[in-house]
Amino acid sequence: MLGAATKRKTAEERQGRMSDSSAVTATSTGPVTAAGRPAKTIEARGVNLFYGDFQAVEDVSMTVEPNKVTALIGSSGCGKTTFLRSLNRMHELTPGASVKGEITLDGEDIYGAGVDPVAVRRLVGMVFQQPNPFPTMSIYDNVAAGLNLNATKVSKVQKDAVVERSLRGAHLWEEVKDRLDKPGGGLSGGQQQRLCIARAIAVEPEVLLMDEPCSALDPVATLAIEDLIGELKSRYTIVIVTHNMQQAARASDVTAFFNIEATGKPGRLVEAGPTEEIFTKPTKQETEDYVSGRFG
Amino acid sequence: MESSAHSPVLGQVQTSRLLSGGLGWRRRSVNVVMTALIAGAFLLAMIPLFSLVFEVAKRGIPGLSLEFFTSDARGVVGGGGAAHAIVGTLVITGVAAVISVPIGIMAAIYLNEYGTGRLRRALTFFVDVMTGIPSIVAGLFAYALFELFLGPGIRLGVMGSLALSVLMIPIVIRSAEEVLKIVPNHLREAAYALGTPKWKTITKVVLPTAFAGLVTGVMIAIARIVGETAPLLVTTGVVDSMNTNPFQGRMQNLAVYAYNEYRSPGVMKQASYDKAWAAALTLIAIVMILNIAARFVYRRYKTEIR
Repeated sequence: MLGAATKRKTAEERQGRMSDSSAVTATSTGPVTAAGRPAKTIEARGVNLFYGDFQAVEDVSMTVEPNKVTALIGSSGCGKTTFLRSLNRMHELTPGASVKGEITLDGEDIYGAGVDPVAVRRLVGMVFQQPNPFPTMSIYDNVAAGLNLNATKVSKVQKDAVVERSLRGAHLWEEVKDRLDKPGGGLSGGQQQRLCIARAIAVEPEVLLMDEPCSALDPVATLAIEDLIGELKSRYTIVIVTHNMQQAARASDVTAFFNIEATGKPGRLVEAGPTEEIFTKPTKQETEDYVSGRFG
Repeated sequence: MESSAHSPVLGQVQTSRLLSGGLGWRRRSVNVVMTALIAGAFLLAMIPLFSLVFEVAKRGIPGLSLEFFTSDARGVVGGGGAAHAIVGTLVITGVAAVISVPIGIMAAIYLNEYGTGRLRRALTFFVDVMTGIPSIVAGLFAYALFELFLGPGIRLGVMGSLALSVLMIPIVIRSAEEVLKIVPNHLREAAYALGTPKWKTITKVVLPTAFAGLVTGVMIAIARIVGETAPLLVTTGVVDSMNTNPFQGRMQNLAVYAYNEYRSPGVMKQASYDKAWAAALTLIAIVMILNIAARFVYRRYKTEIR
């Protein structure tokens, strides 16, 4: 019952957005996902994030462009992850957390009245820092979890196709195709993270959020994931939070630098722009100091 | 501290900070003494347990026989068995579990996943109070409740089950809450990030992950209440014949049976006493089997959470 209601809402949301073409950033061809839907733009305007009375993020306004990788960089505790989690309405799951400001997914405010957070999260997927495959499920069931848990009715044949496509998309198919029924926890760290990515893309979201996806992995696995991100951006809009500046320089198209004045103060967006510019000729001194390693 | 060691090269006495020397001897002997004391205390604590099991086995085994397990005590004088009591215990405990487990687990889910603020604190407080209810009070409660609707002197198997579930529910809630707390939050977050509603996250992710712990908790709760005598004395009555219907008539059970055989032995006193001991032995065996089964289930079904 619940699943049907939210599915309907999702279709309505998409209808609304597709008809409001002025909100899509003007490109002649229009970016598309593999399913043929336009990849989404996220616009944040005046976003302030709180944990109870404590303000964690202050007045962030930026645009996440479709089919590009946007990296959020900055030192620890400056609000990057908090901001990321507000983009798919995960921030409010923390007791006492609140959001002020506007965040729109291609013109539609995701915090608007009547918007179902569950529907938002189906359109904006997330991969976490620590790989977290479901331990009770097999590899197959982990990838299909998005379908199973959302009561999407698909036949076994369709599900097999989705699982294979997602695992291929995550560059994990060759390694696990013979042991799809083995538990999801029995893989190496890098494989587990790719499994989580496969799980996230199996539901065909429009935007993929990644919270330091490589920080728990070794350099070989990190490289594999970065290559994967480079491929995925043709189908999804990707936002990645990273501690590692070099990773941002390697893997992203747009970089947003967050900073915090002192502990206890809220984090701010200092500067956002094409990665090349941020790293070679940033406009703010703070950014220059951070990317040249004078602090961080 | 420092001790001397002759260096073979220089032929001189050299002090080493790494060897412990004189004070080390004292520390080592204190270590040995404390280990002996602790081991001794453990053995001392085990003595009553072993002596209990030994006594019950010694006195109970003569009462065991095929007849004990297969026939009830209807119409016999001095003979007969305890089959009706064994079946009664299983039925009463089974119905109590059917009542307690859903209520207990759902309450634990509420307390752990949904509850906030004052209501949660109040519920936790009441659960704590319930864990301390004397078993006879639970029995009197069940009796009073049924007497309201069915008149005085009513005795039914299901009344016993109700009394036992009053005792069992807080145990199930406590252990289920602990197990649910252990399920890491990042698994819930992974499900939410896929766009899963909260109730589905609980049924499809949290409960399966906690499954082994929940089953173990339930089995241990059952083992706790299977031997309760006081509440059953006032609710299920004493009867000699087999009754498998908890909603009709009195039902015998092992605990009350043992009590009865001891308190009002038949014409052949020793036979009655033997049967009482045998019933006690059977109860201990049931508890042991449940505990072993709980361990087995846990090991077989537990999920390794990295």
